[in-house]
Amino acid sequence: MLKGRSLIEPGDLSLEELQEIFELSEEIVETPAAFKEVCKGKILGSLFYEPSTRTRLSFEAAMYRLGGQVIGFSEASSSSVSKGESIGDTIKTIGCYADIAVMRHPKEGAPKLASKYANFPVINAGDGGHQHPTQTLTDLLTIYLLKNNFLNLKIGLCGDLKFGRTVHSLVKAMSRYHGVEFYFISPPELLIPEYIKAELEQKSYFETTELTEVLPELDILYMTRVQRERFISEEEYLRLRDSYILDKKKLNKAKKEMIVMHPLPRVSEISEEVDADPRAVYFDQARYGMFVRMALIMKLLGVEIDA
Amino acid sequence: MLNVNIIKKGIVIDHIKAGSGYKIFKELKLHRAEHSVALLKNVMSDKMNSKDLIKIENEIDLNLDILGIIAPDTTVNIIEEGNIVRKIAVPLPDKVKGTLSCKNPACVSTIENIENVEFTLVDSGNKKYKCEFCDSWTTL
Repeated sequence: MLKGRSLIEPGDLSLEELQEIFELSEEIVETPAAFKEVCKGKILGSLFYEPSTRTRLSFEAAMYRLGGQVIGFSEASSSSVSKGESIGDTIKTIGCYADIAVMRHPKEGAPKLASKYANFPVINAGDGGHQHPTQTLTDLLTIYLLKNNFLNLKIGLCGDLKFGRTVHSLVKAMSRYHGVEFYFISPPELLIPEYIKAELEQKSYFETTELTEVLPELDILYMTRVQRERFISEEEYLRLRDSYILDKKKLNKAKKEMIVMHPLPRVSEISEEVDADPRAVYFDQARYGMFVRMALIMKLLGVEIDA
Repeated sequence: MLNVNIIKKGIVIDHIKAGSGYKIFKELKLHRAEHSVALLKNVMSDKMNSKDLIKIENEIDLNLDILGIIAPDTTVNIIEEGNIVRKIAVPLPDKVKGTLSCKNPACVSTIENIENVEFTLVDSGNKKYKCEFCDSWTTL
């Protein structure tokens, strides 16, 4: 039962609960008009203690498309936080007005703290470098809709695997499904952390520095940005930079049915010429992010579509 | 041989690993105690060869979690009328509340006034505990 619960980290949801959310998301994708009034009269508190336009707009669009309304703030300076109010007091006050809240905060664990004070659902929309569960739900829904299931998939994760919170959460979430194999593609400076690998079975992952070497094997390629400042030497950055840029030529080596995902924003790691390729699904991914947030809001509020 | 009198009523913290007595003394803030307290170091022991020992001539509330983290397997003896009336074994605790503080500067517990942050044991060999808010590992 998801009604009344908060979502703080992806692990809060069982595989069955995830399945429920994805099935509802699929219904919404197919017939969005049927859901346009299910949250009529409900209010989402949108508490963004730091700017995150993409995530905030996705949540707010989700609530509006369900017929609900949104109140809140988009940076801490425009809220009572700037007057020194505690998270507990803010969330209790929001609870007087809203039915559900979404929180983005620069400090790790802030949404969890808020959920302890709240008697209504709180959704973590990113807490520092810690958790961002609705990004993981977005990634999983994209895979669910475009690959039909999660089993026996070969997933390549390419770029900054050391600092990428999105990658860590996705690996953890996908490792819960049978037969999934990971190909970690990164420069030596940006290897996937040991503690992530420690939770995987030895035979379920492969590490390489070369994207083209493993590209023909993959069902999914998840690209991330390689930032210049992460490299110790400039020479190494220049040497490796191009090998982590996906272009048409490299994509020719991939399977016809492979999909290319990216959490966005993209900088230069995927050439714009790739956008026209049917395998490039990163903008669909952003759209699915809104649909999965619609499904999540419905489940946590316990509202259902009229039969 | 050093002699410390038997206490009539109070607490004896026994079987402290030699060398850990001072840390326990300090963490329990016994240097601020207003009653008689004795810290004995390197006491001969049949079981442990050498051990530390703390005697407190009064009833006080002890933070057993701190004891468990610094020196697991310590024994706390409650003394009344000169006799041991109760022995409490102190294991390394699985969970502690309000005893540790998170050392991750990005953790919300460093900016909000949160009472009793809970930490869960994740590495008993190195006595590392996980913060309930940011999941980072810390020690006492």
